[in-house]
Order: sequence, then structure tokens, then C-alpha cells
Amino acid sequence: MTMFQPSDVAQAKEVIARAAAEGQSLEIAAGGSKRALGRPPRTDHTLDVSPLAGIVEYEPAELILTARAATPMAEIEAQLEARRQMLAFEPPDWRGLLGGSGEPTLGGVIACNIAGPRRVRAGSPRDYFLGFAAINGWGDGWKAGGKVVKNVTGYDMCKLQAGAYGTLSVLTEVTLKVMPKPETACTVLLPALADEIAIPVLSQALNTPYEVSAVAHLPASVARRSGVAAVAEGLGAVTALRLEGPLPSVAYRAEAIEALLGRGLRLEEVETAQLWAEIGAVRPLLEPGARCVWRLCPTPSAAPAVMHVVRARLASAEAFYDWGGGLVWLSVDGGEAGPDGGAAMVRAAVRQAGGHAAGGHATLIVAPDAMRAAVPVFEPVLGALASLSARIKRGFDPRGILNPGRMQEGQ
Amino acid sequence: MITMPAPDQAVLARRAQIAAALRRIVPGEGVIDAEHERRAFECDGLTAYRQLPMIVVLPDTTAQIVEVLRYCTANNVKVVPRGAGTSLSGGALPLADGVLLGLGKFKRILDIDIANRCVVVQPGVTNLGITHAVQAKGLYYAPDPSSQIACTIGGNVAENSGGVHCLKYGLTTNNVIGIEMVTMGGEVVRLGGKHFDASGYDLLGVMVGSEGMLGVVTEVTVRVLPTPPGARALMIGFSSVEGAGDCVAAVIGAGIIPGGMEIMDRLAVQAAEAFAHAGYPLDAEALLIVELDGCEAEVDHLVAAVEATAAQHGATSCRASQSEEERLRFWAGRKAAFPAVGRLSPDYYCMDGTIPRKRIGEVLQRIRQMEARYGLRVANVFHAGDGNLHPLILYDANKPGELEHAEEFGNDILRLCVEVGGVLTGEHGVGVEKRDLMGTMFNETDLNQQQRLKCAFDPGSLLNPGKVFPQLCRCAELGRMHVHAGKLNFPDLPRF
Repeated sequence: MTMFQPSDVAQAKEVIARAAAEGQSLEIAAGGSKRALGRPPRTDHTLDVSPLAGIVEYEPAELILTARAATPMAEIEAQLEARRQMLAFEPPDWRGLLGGSGEPTLGGVIACNIAGPRRVRAGSPRDYFLGFAAINGWGDGWKAGGKVVKNVTGYDMCKLQAGAYGTLSVLTEVTLKVMPKPETACTVLLPALADEIAIPVLSQALNTPYEVSAVAHLPASVARRSGVAAVAEGLGAVTALRLEGPLPSVAYRAEAIEALLGRGLRLEEVETAQLWAEIGAVRPLLEPGARCVWRLCPTPSAAPAVMHVVRARLASAEAFYDWGGGLVWLSVDGGEAGPDGGAAMVRAAVRQAGGHAAGGHATLIVAPDAMRAAVPVFEPVLGALASLSARIKRGFDPRGILNPGRMQEGQ
Repeated sequence: MITMPAPDQAVLARRAQIAAALRRIVPGEGVIDAEHERRAFECDGLTAYRQLPMIVVLPDTTAQIVEVLRYCTANNVKVVPRGAGTSLSGGALPLADGVLLGLGKFKRILDIDIANRCVVVQPGVTNLGITHAVQAKGLYYAPDPSSQIACTIGGNVAENSGGVHCLKYGLTTNNVIGIEMVTMGGEVVRLGGKHFDASGYDLLGVMVGSEGMLGVVTEVTVRVLPTPPGARALMIGFSSVEGAGDCVAAVIGAGIIPGGMEIMDRLAVQAAEAFAHAGYPLDAEALLIVELDGCEAEVDHLVAAVEATAAQHGATSCRASQSEEERLRFWAGRKAAFPAVGRLSPDYYCMDGTIPRKRIGEVLQRIRQMEARYGLRVANVFHAGDGNLHPLILYDANKPGELEHAEEFGNDILRLCVEVGGVLTGEHGVGVEKRDLMGTMFNETDLNQQQRLKCAFDPGSLLNPGKVFPQLCRCAELGRMHVHAGKLNFPDLPRF
């Protein structure tokens, strides 16, 4: 087990070419904050690309930012903040969730394709990923996409790299579309709705032209653990809707939403930021004890039905809803859930609630290493799609040396 | 002119046999064999390129597509998928030895799901047809390519189509959430659905914009959005294109992302005004149209902000629409720009590069120099927010050699786009048209990696070959691993 820390791209290529020649597998790492995400790495060596860091180019008026893959997110966010811009997909901080202490980096956020509450309106990292340079499993440097916001030249390889968990190539440089930061934001809180009522209410809000930018529902037991006093104290369940934009527009739309859905409490800008940061970070669900945490993406309107099934089977289940039901964070007691962490039951619930061919997926985010090694962490990819995915993996990494097994056995 | 791969004589010799086999799969009029009927499919929107397909097949069902593709794979017959045939890059150009697979009969809207803001349609439904299906519910489908009345969602998926509003609302790839597709091997695969994001590799994201080379799309699920309650447009004149570009930068710098933001140069303005009588300022060197959409409070606030920005940036005229009728009139000229320019010249050739917007002044200056060199005029229309430039090269196809001349001019413009840090195509696709320019943007390693993806989907290179890549895929060769066990070249490489 060797830790390679190449000081530049040329050295990184050399390590990978050498590893490929010798059939030695590499764990790809930088800040290490998401090391506990996915199946536990079982590689011969680690390739630490941390030195490949730094912002290369930031053009606020062109809405583009290019940075080396291991650039800390904090550095990128500080630069954007100085020009009142942002990453619209609202990357959440999962360090508390994953128990990681390292520094989140741009490459990790892209490779895991993780978005925060604004995803429901603005999309995921994949939607803002314009171009990159990377190293494939031969050790060859290659690039795709461009440094402009509109480009359809060649296959959209960015989509393939986003969410591939470093199994297809090692990203070395990334170009993103950035967006202006809204002038202000507020949150409308509706009290005491049951899950079955709250999700249709959020759907109704998303169907209005009032441009709601985040929609979550916290059942009473979860809301109680919020760090935002107005959410934690006295309301029971809390249904939250965020509005962002120019001041007069936000004021108008907040009024309009309340006129439609009923008057609730209002959080102003600072508390709004606190609430959505903790929702992105899944903080209200975290509590001491041996619990497994699942991330479910069902058909949004089916989310309460999914939870109905799960709760009937697991008394320890606790959950809250983001993305208007499109994201359900579920925590279950490890002992009650059994050796598979509830995988079979949870996945069946997601599949069945959506109706025919509706799809959806469930990911085991927090569980002991042994369980994440034994239970498929990601929704299993089956049938023709599995063989297609395997052929794609071989087309990028023929010897299977880049993060093998991180997503599923053999991939 | 681009040349297509030489037809496979062995396949052409079996033409009658292939047609008979396809008739057994798609009965009746679904297999078109007669030359005069095949003629209707000989080109798409890039009309300079024409090729009679060997056979045209118009299936009714996914099951038929599965059987057609299985048959073609087993018999080494190439397939070119086609939607409405509005591609401007030759993406649906037929092959002399290939089956043209038309998806025109897949016209049904399968599911309108208001609660989840999505619509499931067959690929032959038009882009505008989706909006028509949901507009009574206050919803619409955002990407709006200018061919939206005719182009189909299947073609939009293949080309990752954009439109005027994509800086704010995204391209097709940001608005399609699921597809069903059939691989060249005849396997049906579902990608995405009504849920968010993918588990496993994002093959949906790869399929969108793959120019019909990775699979045949048989069903599409799109996200629909609430219709903005209102919109206003500003029509702003400038004494230079650079000035208009600076104003665009300042608007974005002020944190405003307009629904649409278009620049037209003098020739385009003159042509559009003569055609549409939109009230454009004829003394302007450049005209900027900015549209702001949303609720009334927001639109009025932002209109005032853009007016102030325009004044600070030397606008020679500025008018904000006071009514819906006036807003539509501002757009009438821009929307008619292509046919309007078409009246100035027997033919025009529409280019589609993207550049960093800050280079606009320099790029237009160099296009003007090229005009002198080529002896051809160019009108420029520009999606200013995202840097997507549409130079329209005026030429006369009846003059011998002028089409080739215009094409060479267009190629020079696209090389210039790449040289200043831009790309070959912002929304029309590579297709046949820009295939041989791919080397200006990508080196051999880059293109090999793209082709390995193609090989994973279509190992026999039978689906829409001859497009996008300057060389045909050599899948067996590309998949090889050259094992060269040896000494590390970096003996001082940090190890821990």
C-alpha cells in the first residue's frame, strides 16, 4: 500500500500508467471528506491528487470558473462570494453526516454529483459542469467540453464523469458555469402538516410561477432538532419554502405564497441561510447511536407512500423530505434494520410506490464499513444497463484500476 | 464538401432482400422502397448535403424498432435515425447503404403528471406540442429552438437543442429527466424517470446530445415549468457591437440573468426591420434585445435596472415594452432575422460557434476582414448571454463554386471561435457539417476517448456512422491496452 502524491498532472499520468501496466488499483483521493461515501475502497494504493489545486480562471461576466480538481470548495466559494456569485446547485457540507474531517474539494463534489436544496429548481453539479481535463485508465490525459456556457461539440462527457465516483477517469481540471447570487432570500414556514398533506402542498407551490427555490418538509421529531429556533420550538412539523431574488420580488412572492397556502412564520435572510445549510447537511436527522442513513430519490409525489411502507416495517425510522419529496433522508436503527440495513425493504418501497416504470433509487450513505462492503450501497444497476455500464467502464479504464468497486462490485 | 464513407457494395447488393426482411417486421406502408418516395428523406435542414437512403423504415412500435435494429446488427446494415429532419448540421443525413429509421409515427403524449411537473411523450411529438399539452395548466416546456413548431423532442434529445431562453432555463439536457431507448443491439434500456438524478453512470446525460449515434430514443420524460406570469423586453441601440457586448457583461455582472438576451449587427437589423417593421433603430451599429420574465414586481424592478445599465454603457436608444403587443413586436424582427436575411441573398449559410463574450468585438472585426477576403457578406445574430454566435453567410448557390466558398468561410469563422477560446457548435451539433473541424478543438486522445464511449454502445459502428468524428471508429483497436511494464519515469515521485 503506497500513497502517491504527484505534484503535477504529468506525474499523476505516470502513476496511473504504471499502475495500469502492473494491474495495481488506485483509490483516488484529495481532501478525503467523502472517503466514507460509497463502497469502502479496497485498492492496492492511493493516488492523492491534493497538489492539483488552485483556481485557474474566473470570469464573472462570462459566468465561468475553471479550477484544478483538488481546489478546496471553501476557496472557490470565497472567490464567488466576493463577486456576489455562487454555485447554483448549492453543494451541501456532508462532513457531519459522513464523519469526515477533510476539506471538501471541487473534484469530489463533481465526482459524487452532490447537490443541495436548490437542486429542485436549479439542478445538480452535472447541470453546471461545462468541461474538464482528466486522466483515463491508460494514464493518458484527455479533455472534453469547453470553457463557454453553451456547447454541444462532441458527446457530453461531463455528464458521464459527474457521479462516476472517479471510476472512469481522474479529473484534473474542471470548468463550471456559475450564477449570480440572489440579492436576498426568505423562507415561509407552514406549521403542523402531515407528510401526506405537506408533499402535495409543496408540489402545488412548485407549480406556481412564484419561483420557489427550495422546498422541504420536516416531521415534528426532526424539526425539533433544528438549530433554527423558530423551526425547533413549538410548531411541530415544519414545511419550509424558500424564495430568492431581488428584494421587491421576494416580498411580493412570499405574500403570494402565503395567500395561496396559508399564513405561517417567516424566516429572514440569516435564518434562511442557516435552515437550508442544515437541511443540505442532513443535520436534523443526525443523532447518536448505531444508525444507518439512507438517501432515497423516489418519484416526488410518491414520497409519503414510500415512508408509509418503511414506517410500517421499521419502528425506528425517522425521515425528512427535501426537493418537494424528490429526496427523502431516512435514518433507521442499525439493530432493527438487520444485516442489510433495510436495503431490500427500502428499495422495494421506492420501486413500488412510483408505479410502473417510474424508477427511483436508494443509496446507503451512512453504515458501518462491513455493511457498506456487503450491501449494494447504490441502487443496483441490472440487465442490459449493467452490461452497458461495464463496457463503458472498460472503455475508460480497461484494467479496472481507478477506484474499482467504489460504486458496485467490479465497477 | 465533406465526403461520407464509401457505401458497402455487399450491402447494396442485398437491398431487395433487406427490404423484404424489414417488411416482415414493419408491415404495410412502413417500409419505403420506391425512389420517388425515398426522395423526401434525402436531406435534413442542412440542404447542401443530399443522399438518397437505401431504404426508409417508419415503425409504429418500440417492439418493431427492437426487431429492426436486431436485424440490421445481425446483417451488418447501417441505420440513421431521424425525427422531423430539421437538423442544421446534417445529423439526419441518410447513408446510401443505410436504413433511414424515421420516428415520425411516435406522436403520442403518454402521461401528463402535473404533481411531478413532467410529461412523458413519444419522440415524434414536437417541441411546441409539449407546451400545448400543458399550457392550460399554466406550465410549459422551456427549451425553444427556433424550429420548435416542427422539430421533435426526439431530435432535441439527439442534438441537445437550445434556444433563446437557455441561459436562464438551460438546454435540452437540463430539462429532460428520463428516456427509454433501444441500443443498436436491440436492447431496451430505461434511463432516469420522474425521480431526480441517476444511480450509476449518468447515461441519460450522455444520450442527450449524442447526435443519434448511441441509441434510438423511443420515449422521453421532460420537466415542465410554470409559465412566467409576465415578460417585458427592452430594445437598446448601440454605436458598436463591442458597446452592446459590454452592456451584456454589465447586466450579468449586476446579478441579472434575463430570460433572453440577443444582439444583432447592423446588416441583420436593417434586414429584419425591412422585413418585419419592428421599429428597430436603423442608425444603430448593434441592437440588443433583453427580455425579463417573472412576476410583475420583479420584471418592473429589473427593467429599471437594465435601463440604468444601458444608459451607463453608452446606449444610443433604449425602449422598454409597455404592452404585450409591443414586446412581441420587438421580437418579431429578431425571430424573422433568418428569413429576412434570406431576402438579401439567394442563399445563406447559418453558422453556430460559441465564443467567450468578451472577445465579440475582436471576432466581428476579423469576420469583417474575412468578408473582404471571401467577397461574401455576413449578417450576425448572437445569443449574447451565452456567447453563441450565428453568423449568416450570404451566397448564391447558382454561382459555381460559391457554396464551397461559403463553406470555407464558415470553417474559418469556426476555427476563429476555437482560437479565441470558444467552441465549434453551441446548439446545432457537429453532424456532418463540422465533422472535419473536430481536430481544431480536440486531439487524437480526446477523440479516441469519445469513440470508446461510442464503441460501448455500438461496437459494430452501425448507428449513424460518418457523423461527428473525422475518422470512423475502430473499436477493437481503441480497446487495446498497451502493457508496457517498465521503470517509473519519475524516480523522485513522492511516495509515502
